[in-house]
Amino acid sequence: MLWYLGRRLLQVIPVFLGATLLLYALVFLRPGDPVAGLGGERGLPEAVQAQIREQYNLNEPFIVQYLLFLKGVFTLDFGVDFRGQDIMDVIGAALPVTFQLAIMALVIEAVFGVLFGLFAGMRKGGWFDGTVLVISLLVISVPTFVIGFVLQFVMGVKLGWFPVTVGRDPNFYSLLLPAIVLAATSFAYVIRLTRTSVAENLSADYVRTARAKGLRRSQVTGRHVLRNSLIPVVTFLGADLGNLMGGAIVTEGIFNINGVGGTLYQAIIRGENITVVSLTTVLVIVYILANLLVDLLYAALDPRIRYA
Amino acid sequence: MTTQFPVTNGNQPVGEGAGRSYEAGTDKPLLEIRDLEVSFTTSEGVVHAVRGADITVYPGQSVAIVGESGSGKSTTAHAVIDLLPGTGKVTGGSITFDGREIVGLPRTEIEAMRGRDIGLVPQDPMSNLNPVWRIGTQIEEALKANGFEGGKRERKERVAGLLQEAGLPDAERRARQFPHEFSGGMRQRSLIAIGLASRPKLLIADEPTSALDVTVQRQILDHLDVLTQELGTAVLFITHDLGLAAERAEHLVVMFKGRVVESGPAQQILANPQHPYTQRLVASAPSLASRRIQVAHEQGEESDELLAPDLEATVPLRAAGKAAQSDIVVAKNLTKVFSIRGGRPGASTDFKAVDDVSFTLQRGHTLALVGESGSGKSTAANMVLGLLDPTSGVVEFDGADVAKYSPKEAFAFRRRIQPVFQNPYGSLDPTFSIFRSIEEPLALHRVGGKREREKRVRELLDMVSLPQSAMRRFPNELSGGQRQRIAIARALALRPEVIVLDEAVSALDVLVQAQILELLGNLQEELGLSYLFITHDLAVVRQIADSVVVMQNGRVVEQATTDEVFDNPRQQYTRDLLAAIPGAGLEGAAIAG
Repeated sequence: MLWYLGRRLLQVIPVFLGATLLLYALVFLRPGDPVAGLGGERGLPEAVQAQIREQYNLNEPFIVQYLLFLKGVFTLDFGVDFRGQDIMDVIGAALPVTFQLAIMALVIEAVFGVLFGLFAGMRKGGWFDGTVLVISLLVISVPTFVIGFVLQFVMGVKLGWFPVTVGRDPNFYSLLLPAIVLAATSFAYVIRLTRTSVAENLSADYVRTARAKGLRRSQVTGRHVLRNSLIPVVTFLGADLGNLMGGAIVTEGIFNINGVGGTLYQAIIRGENITVVSLTTVLVIVYILANLLVDLLYAALDPRIRYA
Repeated sequence: MTTQFPVTNGNQPVGEGAGRSYEAGTDKPLLEIRDLEVSFTTSEGVVHAVRGADITVYPGQSVAIVGESGSGKSTTAHAVIDLLPGTGKVTGGSITFDGREIVGLPRTEIEAMRGRDIGLVPQDPMSNLNPVWRIGTQIEEALKANGFEGGKRERKERVAGLLQEAGLPDAERRARQFPHEFSGGMRQRSLIAIGLASRPKLLIADEPTSALDVTVQRQILDHLDVLTQELGTAVLFITHDLGLAAERAEHLVVMFKGRVVESGPAQQILANPQHPYTQRLVASAPSLASRRIQVAHEQGEESDELLAPDLEATVPLRAAGKAAQSDIVVAKNLTKVFSIRGGRPGASTDFKAVDDVSFTLQRGHTLALVGESGSGKSTAANMVLGLLDPTSGVVEFDGADVAKYSPKEAFAFRRRIQPVFQNPYGSLDPTFSIFRSIEEPLALHRVGGKREREKRVRELLDMVSLPQSAMRRFPNELSGGQRQRIAIARALALRPEVIVLDEAVSALDVLVQAQILELLGNLQEELGLSYLFITHDLAVVRQIADSVVVMQNGRVVEQATTDEVFDNPRQQYTRDLLAAIPGAGLEGAAIAG
């Protein structure tokens, strides 16, 4: 187990370096000069431009810039953006609300996805299974922003059950509807994954053995069908946490949430490369950690993994 | 292996009147199946898997249902505990257990009976234990579900006791392990512990050892015998092997296409089978055929006439004393080492799969490589086929070192040696038509034009006794035996000199197996083929091989002509293997018929 953990932790290093290098290269090798565009119509004086270039190490070769950036990551000091705001503060303002939103969405899709998938899989071909399949297909095929606007209009504007937008002061209640919207697509996938997995496990030999022992149906389902079916689902959920955090841009836009998505979008528009890379790096770290967690959870769910 | 049976499960005294058939005299059956009808609904309509079966089991009695795949034997057994797979349904007849009708019983009442009254030992130990729970936990479940009285500690002790009883030493530690840490035999012992955990009156053993090595199979069946006898448990034994059934059960029920075609005392059925199907089965079962030869040899007779009629064709080849011919394949000191990655970085251990193995296959002869799983027989075969490079040692084909071939020569070499593998379901591409499957090697080696190749495919189908119309079909439309014929036709396509048959008949039903062996014999005679026959089944070896190489743990244990190995085995391991052929303990008189 310890060797497994150690090996997985070591694997994090090349993944982190590779991902950030790629990000940095993509952003900084893109055409256009971020500094030249800063002054708008009139442009900035040469001296100021030179100073800014100096401040952001823009005159250094690419690899030096990257190494300096890495140094910033490890000292938790990304520097300031073009407006003079500390990037750590920018991240600190945006990350928590997005994180809360993503976790809420993850819980929603996990709990309801597994539950619906379990019941659908137990009675494959039944009316519940059919209904769930059609609904999940619908959810998968309709873009998130459509689901978002429709739910916002019906639940928020017409029925008034939920706040229409979130705004400056996010709380659990106001984030609930956005979390449902964010979870929708993955929820449909979790249902389908669980359903297939459950249906497959139901006809597994060890399930028959469990029934032959005299276990009640609920015991067979809980101990032998569900646990074994969760293994692929957990893998999906872990990878999805990263998607939820990065993919919240649309949902955050619809519900006016000042999260990572909005901040990132603004930074890209303004050409604040340093903010873009810093925020994305944080997302990369979250993604890596989530996957590490999944692998450990996976080992806990399936004892055969431990020594592999 | 001492066995103790602590009486812990309330209402059921244990060990009373040890010995089989302690109540067989009384007229009250434990299990009575009358006119049982079971059917499955498929997309092509309703399939009647069991059609009017009658089976009676008395308390403490052992009854075996014998039949080939699709005969309805397993379905009948699963109907008894209401564990029919998929759309299976009892559509008629009755099943009474201990005087109580089971068919139509509410789910909760069936659940209460399972484990407590009727236990199950399933077929495949690899898939029947849940990989994510500890062995002990899975046995504990069985105790908890069936009203075991006692706390956690008593339960743990009982689990250890059950494992010990099933023949697993060091049971307390074993109970904390996971299934993947167990060998097949150990898993099957755990499943026996589960089946007997609550001391059921009836134990259904569904091919309990067919997935295991023969020697392990014997040990486990012996153990199960003793155990159920001491507990007075009635056993309903499901098997495809008539020899095994006759050896293990007092009463036989022969099923064919969903019907019971014959039933009666085991010895009587063997000696005097009434139904034509049973007669064919008695004649073809390799274990029985092998035993027949054995008995005949002991009585000083020639073995040839004693083989099943189906197999007589193969005999002239073996017996005609093929003139000493040139060696076609010579393996010299073959060694194959695999390195296995360990749990920690850099830690790897070397595993010698094949260790200094030498053998010679003569032109036109059949050499059998015999061994249990892990003996290295398939690895050796793969090296002969050139599919695996030996770590050291040499394979000589027709006098030339295979390793020294240039790529072009190696390609030409492949035409001269062809394989047929065990699983006829896996070795044919399901998206290829039969024609394409057989034609592929011809096309690959650019043999002839399109028309000539088609002619050759027709010829090959004739050779393996399949209609030419089979060409346009796909593998899923054919039976296992037919698919194996296709695989043989494909192997023959390039007119090879050697065919490596890697467990080529192991997956087939006995009658089909006999047909394929006959086909192989005829082809050998016609085409002068040499066979390298890889198998775990010594009974089959007796029928086809000229000489035998017995392997164990990667090494050659014994090497001699077939008759010598069977009549005069030199090594203990060979003797163990021979003793493990089911039916070895049967009286000569009973099977000589």
